[in-house]
Amino acid sequence: MRHRPRSLCKILPIGQPLRPPPATVNTLSLAFGEAWAMIARADPKLLEIVALSLRVSLSAVVVATLLALPFGAALAVARFRGRDALVVVLNALLGLPAVVVGLAVYLLLSRAGPLGALGILFTPAAMVIAQAVLIFPLIAALARQSVADAWREYAEQLHSLGAGPLASAFALLHDLRFSLVTIVLAAFGRAIAEVGAVMIVGGNIDGFTRVMTTAIALETSKGDLPLALGLGLVLLAIVLALNVGAHLMKERAQRHHG
Amino acid sequence: MALNRRAFAALAALALACAPALPLGAQDKSIVVASTTSTEQSGLFGHILPMFTRKTGIAVKVVALGTGQALDVGRRGDADVVFVHDRPAEEKFVAEGYGVDRRDVMYNDFVLVGPKSDPAKAAGKDITAGLKAIAAAKAPFVSRADKSGTHAAELRYFKQAGVDPVAEGKGTWYRETGSGMGPALNTASSMNAYILADRGTWLSFRNRGELRIVVEGDKRMFNPYGVILVNPAKHAHVKQAEARAFMDWLVSAEGQAAIASYKIGGEQLFFPEAKG
Amino acid sequence: MADASAPLLPLVLENVGFAAGGRTILAGIDLRIEPGPRTVIIGPNGAGKSVLMRIMHGLLAPTSGTLRWANPERRGEPRRQAMVFQRPVLLRRSVLGNLLFALAVAGVRSHEREARARAALDRVGLGTFADRPARVLSGGEQQRLALARARMLRPQVLFLDEPTANLDPGATREIESVVQSIHDSGTKIVMITHNLGQARRLGDEILFVDRGRIAERSDVDRFFRHPATAEADAFLKGELPWH
Repeated sequence: MRHRPRSLCKILPIGQPLRPPPATVNTLSLAFGEAWAMIARADPKLLEIVALSLRVSLSAVVVATLLALPFGAALAVARFRGRDALVVVLNALLGLPAVVVGLAVYLLLSRAGPLGALGILFTPAAMVIAQAVLIFPLIAALARQSVADAWREYAEQLHSLGAGPLASAFALLHDLRFSLVTIVLAAFGRAIAEVGAVMIVGGNIDGFTRVMTTAIALETSKGDLPLALGLGLVLLAIVLALNVGAHLMKERAQRHHG
Repeated sequence: MALNRRAFAALAALALACAPALPLGAQDKSIVVASTTSTEQSGLFGHILPMFTRKTGIAVKVVALGTGQALDVGRRGDADVVFVHDRPAEEKFVAEGYGVDRRDVMYNDFVLVGPKSDPAKAAGKDITAGLKAIAAAKAPFVSRADKSGTHAAELRYFKQAGVDPVAEGKGTWYRETGSGMGPALNTASSMNAYILADRGTWLSFRNRGELRIVVEGDKRMFNPYGVILVNPAKHAHVKQAEARAFMDWLVSAEGQAAIASYKIGGEQLFFPEAKG
Repeated sequence: MADASAPLLPLVLENVGFAAGGRTILAGIDLRIEPGPRTVIIGPNGAGKSVLMRIMHGLLAPTSGTLRWANPERRGEPRRQAMVFQRPVLLRRSVLGNLLFALAVAGVRSHEREARARAALDRVGLGTFADRPARVLSGGEQQRLALARARMLRPQVLFLDEPTANLDPGATREIESVVQSIHDSGTKIVMITHNLGQARRLGDEILFVDRGRIAERSDVDRFFRHPATAEADAFLKGELPWH
């Protein structure tokens, strides 16, 4: 029975601390050490990768937010045929695998594709587009939900004042701004932690389109687990810091605004 | 209200900070090279590309994929140059008119890697004998199964050994991972399995666990790399001049010396093969 | 194109009915609302008062019958009527910001808005609250703000749906005095209340709604002294058990 299938964690390198060879027992502590050393000396390579990750994902979030918030709000407020179907589709898109988004954007931006003339495949712009497409449904669906909930409370008053759908949608978005920040941050978290789509459309080009997640994938491929985990810790720290910030802001705002 | 204004100011500042990422199109004087994971992950490009860029001012952006995918990227016109290792596929690529001006650049070799204890007794200098032994012992073997050059070579060796691993061992000792060289090595390392790898990736691979080289030095395990210009007649946007400069440099005495000078732990990974 | 100041009233409802989920809530309502006297709507819970008011204000469309204003409002024009709800709905912005929003929606030019909003706040005694977040005001203050918002829009008709139901007597008195002054300025008042004392204090005529119909309509004194219908009589006795 030597060849019976082993459990998944045996195949994943993460599971290694259970194995006898001492070289891998301290993978985690090595990773912490290496990560800390890289951060402490402000490793330029690390900074470059982190900066590009932030730039790409923030751009994607800005683009997606500007489109998805009004879209989600309009979907909550406006009445038209096919609205329910659209909501169902939007919610289904939440489960869209990043790789599929990456593939679709790749085929779109490829020289042989409809937008090939732009020549932006394998550039940060392509990554921004892929991430924006990826998180658009997330922002739109969650915004629609929270606007729809608020709409039940506000609808009569806003109708009474004579506010049209557009004015109503923007009033609701403004009123919900602190919840929306949380939604947008969740979207940012998904964008910056995503690897499949940016790998395909960015190409993981060293110094040009290599971001934290694709670098992690590459270092894992090379068996350089400490460096990969180190980068992972940096990624985690960034996302954590942003969420703590958002949480504090929301708390304060809620105390302030009721 | 003060709080709102501050929040919106922060958002606006963020938006401005991101703006520079948007117009990042292609820089001047750069080419895109579709290549294989083995060249990228072995660290060869990190060694030789800066030399080329210093000399010519042309930046080389490498997209590392399996050979099959790299050729596909070339076919779609998404790269200027392909740099791969699967001679039959390369020749087909040129014959179909997708590429022109194919040149031999270098070769490295494959190695059969396996557990230090070598339970299948596969060690030696004969790859077919080694694979036969593994199949006979039904010892775990990890295949990339990703249509890469390495995968193609592995299937070729099994065929020469008279073994059909998919028919005989799929689901038992023959494990198809569908992944790149590095992930496949990680899998082999954690399963203590045999695996065919290119020497470059193996040498730069750090998570070796209990693995070592079992078979090497068989002439059939030489792995030649070629470089091909994506056909400008098919894809007018191909940066022909810069791409040709890169190809010329690779096969020049200077480029060949650069390739030969790349070593890991004192071991040379790639051997020049250009004919002038 | 109707003049924005063209008179809305009288409002005429003919055979208006409303049904939802297979349940009839209003049926056969014939009603004419004239400018002038303060109309107070009373009746038992579930009689259909609120639905009737929402139909008049245009928040609900009747499922049968017709509703006609003398010079109807049109889509895209500022409204000439306003409504104050039992629970004030305020936006998550400052007190002043709430009024500015309403003025913007009503198409008031931007340079006029702030002065008009501040004047409206001063008239309900909320002048010093201008920069406070609206949602942390007390219930009475919120309702006064809602009234200020409605009045500021200079409506010809103001609907009020139990505006003091959740307030203590002090706050209730304040609201009543604001409603009175809005009436004095020439706005037609149509109000639902459960507070019979309030109906007496603020009403000129009573509309008694019972089980989806208008059971009785008469002026205040006569209604409270000699209700014409058995239902109204029973209602008054039920509401005022000490009689």
